[in-house]
Amino acid sequence: MSHTAIDSRKIIMTAIAWGIGLLIFFPILWTILTSFKTEADAIASPPMFLGFDWTLENYTEVQDRSNYFQHFWNSVVISVGSTLLGLLIAILAAWSMAFVPAKGTKNVLMWMLSTKMLPPVGVLIPIYLLFRDTGLLDTLTGLVLVLTLINLPIIVWMLYTYFKEIPGEILEAARMDGASLWAEIIHVLTPMAVPGIASTMLLNIILAWNEAFWTLNLTAAKAAPLTAFIASYSSPEGLFYAKLSAASTMAIAPILIMGWFSQKQLVRGLTFGAVK
Amino acid sequence: MATDHSRIAARFMISPAVLLLLGWMIVPLSMTLYFSFLDYNLLSPGMEEWIGFMNYEYFLTDPAFFAALGNTFLLVAGVLVITITGGVALALLLDQPMWGQGIVRILVIAPFFVMPTVSALVWKNMFMNPVNGLFAHAAKAMGLAPFDFFAHAPLFSIIMIVAWQWLPFATLILLTVLQSLDKEQLEAAKMDGARKMSRFVHIILPHMSRAITVVILIQTIFLLSIFAEILVTTNGGPGYASTNITYLVYAQSLLQFDVGGGSAGGIVAVVLANIVAIFLMRMIGKNLEA
Amino acid sequence: MKNLIRVLAGATAACMIATPVLAEKLTIATVNNGDMVRMQKLTDDFTAKNPGIEVEWVTLEENILRQRVTTDVATKGGQYDVMTIGTYEVPIWGKKGWLVSLNDLPESYDVDDILPAIRGGLTVDDNLFAAPFYTESSMVMYRKDLMEKAGLTMPQAPTWDFIGKAARAMTDKQNETYGICLRGKAGWGENVAFLTATANSFGARWFNMDWKPQFTGEAWKKTLNFYIDLMNDAGPPGASSNGFNENLALFQSGKCGMWIDATVAASFVTNPKDSQVADKVGFALAPDAGLGKRGNWLWAWSLAIPAGTQKAESAKKFVAWATSKEYLDLVASKEGWANVPPGTRASLYANEEYAKVPFAQMTLDSINSADPKNPAVDPVPYVGVQFVAIPEFQGIATTVGQQFSAALAGTVTADQPLMNAQRITERAMKKARYIK
Repeated sequence: MSHTAIDSRKIIMTAIAWGIGLLIFFPILWTILTSFKTEADAIASPPMFLGFDWTLENYTEVQDRSNYFQHFWNSVVISVGSTLLGLLIAILAAWSMAFVPAKGTKNVLMWMLSTKMLPPVGVLIPIYLLFRDTGLLDTLTGLVLVLTLINLPIIVWMLYTYFKEIPGEILEAARMDGASLWAEIIHVLTPMAVPGIASTMLLNIILAWNEAFWTLNLTAAKAAPLTAFIASYSSPEGLFYAKLSAASTMAIAPILIMGWFSQKQLVRGLTFGAVK
Repeated sequence: MATDHSRIAARFMISPAVLLLLGWMIVPLSMTLYFSFLDYNLLSPGMEEWIGFMNYEYFLTDPAFFAALGNTFLLVAGVLVITITGGVALALLLDQPMWGQGIVRILVIAPFFVMPTVSALVWKNMFMNPVNGLFAHAAKAMGLAPFDFFAHAPLFSIIMIVAWQWLPFATLILLTVLQSLDKEQLEAAKMDGARKMSRFVHIILPHMSRAITVVILIQTIFLLSIFAEILVTTNGGPGYASTNITYLVYAQSLLQFDVGGGSAGGIVAVVLANIVAIFLMRMIGKNLEA
Repeated sequence: MKNLIRVLAGATAACMIATPVLAEKLTIATVNNGDMVRMQKLTDDFTAKNPGIEVEWVTLEENILRQRVTTDVATKGGQYDVMTIGTYEVPIWGKKGWLVSLNDLPESYDVDDILPAIRGGLTVDDNLFAAPFYTESSMVMYRKDLMEKAGLTMPQAPTWDFIGKAARAMTDKQNETYGICLRGKAGWGENVAFLTATANSFGARWFNMDWKPQFTGEAWKKTLNFYIDLMNDAGPPGASSNGFNENLALFQSGKCGMWIDATVAASFVTNPKDSQVADKVGFALAPDAGLGKRGNWLWAWSLAIPAGTQKAESAKKFVAWATSKEYLDLVASKEGWANVPPGTRASLYANEEYAKVPFAQMTLDSINSADPKNPAVDPVPYVGVQFVAIPEFQGIATTVGQQFSAALAGTVTADQPLMNAQRITERAMKKARYIK
């Protein structure tokens, strides 16, 4: 194949890939653009792409009305807290499943995953009553607990598939050296598993950040994260596209930026044992 | 290989996860089970009464139930088909040499980070709205009548929204797997004169098959309980056209505040989810052992 | 055991939110409607007048708010100190003893100034259980310019026949002008509210005196057929997913000739900042069919205090502030009279400044022409114009609303939704044991 043939192929591929990439990204781009329009420009016909009067009034309006930083902080605490707690529990479980498998291990794992298929709405009232009686309603503690529990199966499974690919001989060797179980986990296993743990952590932060059922139903004011913040901008009376766009941009921007910066780490472990 | 000591330690270490999940399942589930036999409306507390299987009778004979069952299946299957075929295609595309591959990948994975409520609101209002949405503007520009998505193709519209959110996930996993493929093997096949199609069918696809099963499993878990997108866009309608089981249970317990009926629906949903789970586990189990 | 858990949970919670408690903090749940957002912005006035009380807002979209506060009040969750609820909830919750009585509001509050129809709807067994924040009825809003172009004049009190004729005459689908915009989005507060009020004027009712559903009667058929034909001939595309908001956006951007909806919309459509047709809007009473009832509803967004709160005294101060005469003056001084929350106090309508607002009188007349105790032409066993004040109604009407919405989308024929509505309602009423 000649040099130019490769080049022209590369040009075509680049064009197609960029086209599709922009198409997939377009809804987000459009939301961001709309957030800088006035409400009247936001529904203008024909739609305005760049040639409108850029304004920040939607952002000041949203900031005026809601305590964005409190919601933001709650989201951070809930997603990071539940992820760390989940990892702590899951690393132990996944370790034991991967390196000391018993007869029922596979079944236990599958059973754990199946708990994730339960429709949360079915158990909302019981959980609400339990939370009321334990004083956990509208607390960050309560939400961290719930989100840890609902995402635990995914964490265990991701870690398990990752751990399983670490050769057992290394552990045997460490054991020969007389390392204790904890030393084994901390000094031998963990460093090898770091990429897997990192990507599990990132995925779980994303899932927890975007969880909108429990976070909305178990909070009022103090612990309400960004999902509740969004609920105060969806379909109010009057024109709302621009304000909704501004609120949406503010709600997704942190996680989007985090995701972009860490995408290499995220991707590295995101295989669920599918790579042999 | 494992010593007794480590075996005991292992049991000890797995127990927090198992106990927590067991508690998380059993406590609310047994409460739900109990409620499902009561005439219990949240708005009439203190008047609960044991009514046996009546809640189940009403739930299972509700015409909405069968509609919801079908919709749940279509929703899961539709999204899976779109995201997997789309994911394979995108993975193949992104694996080609090109300029700015990193940026394209960033663009493609972005929808995965968007909250389901936000993406549903954006799609509903700014794209699919038949008067002010971009699709309507596009249709008018081409001289066509705007299509009213949520009235005439509600389930399809929701499938599109959900597929948009999950396409990045499938793409990412499949791309990672594709990049781990032994390039020499492909080169060898090329030398042998294997055509593109046959290279794809005989080498690439088998290599991806495990990843595809994984994608199916994970996505099914999340897709079975799709809820926010329906709540925001169609409220399950028109009629029952976009009501799935999860939404039906929601409507029972939180719109009608019929906790008894909702609980019965919840138990039915749990049973159905478990049937799906067993089926999936079989499939995955086989594929993952290999 | 329970106590232990509570102590532990409390301790952890205290560690996580280690802010010292100095002032009493009220948590107020409200809807994200314009008037409430304005109230939220004026909070400083309240806190300045009431040192030692802080206010925390939970502003949510209407449906989510309703679900949240209902769950909380019914389970005595105690998460809110003040709740924004409507005329549907107050009688039901008041009867259950879930709300704090507001009979002991101070003299200066002048409770007798509240419009009698509204006050009656918020009172159960002589206890006022909620204070009205703003009231809405429904009326016809129309484009004077388009009406003139069609060669018609809108009467003060139009009939449905006239509305039908005018809507068709004003429609120009080529130029995206639709004669009429009506609610089609499913929901008991959306299309069911509109259709129930309309059905009242056509002589239909939800239940007869024995609580037997009446959807299979002639009057409902006439209502639904009229509605569907009208919307097909003169409505905008996508009407089956249009609620209040969607229609507001349509009207404001000049795409509707007429719009029959909440009176509160008047201040939006006449506001030149958001509305392209601000100077062309006229108002008329909701239509009738010559049977003695008009098709308008009555709804009062009100502030109530759940019985579970520990802060009832401070909460009362807030409720009194937000629904006082002084609050109306405050809004008028900051945002102009047109933006004052309407329909709650007689003194507002006696105010000469307010009388200059173009929709003031029409709003009052609409409110006064709705009668929640006798909503239909025939006698009914229930209270409520566009709703039936029984706990089961929300659920039934949500499902029935789906049927009406499907009828409008054209996915089923017109008779089918009424048959379905009848069956759905009968089932639910049987389950709730109103009928055998």
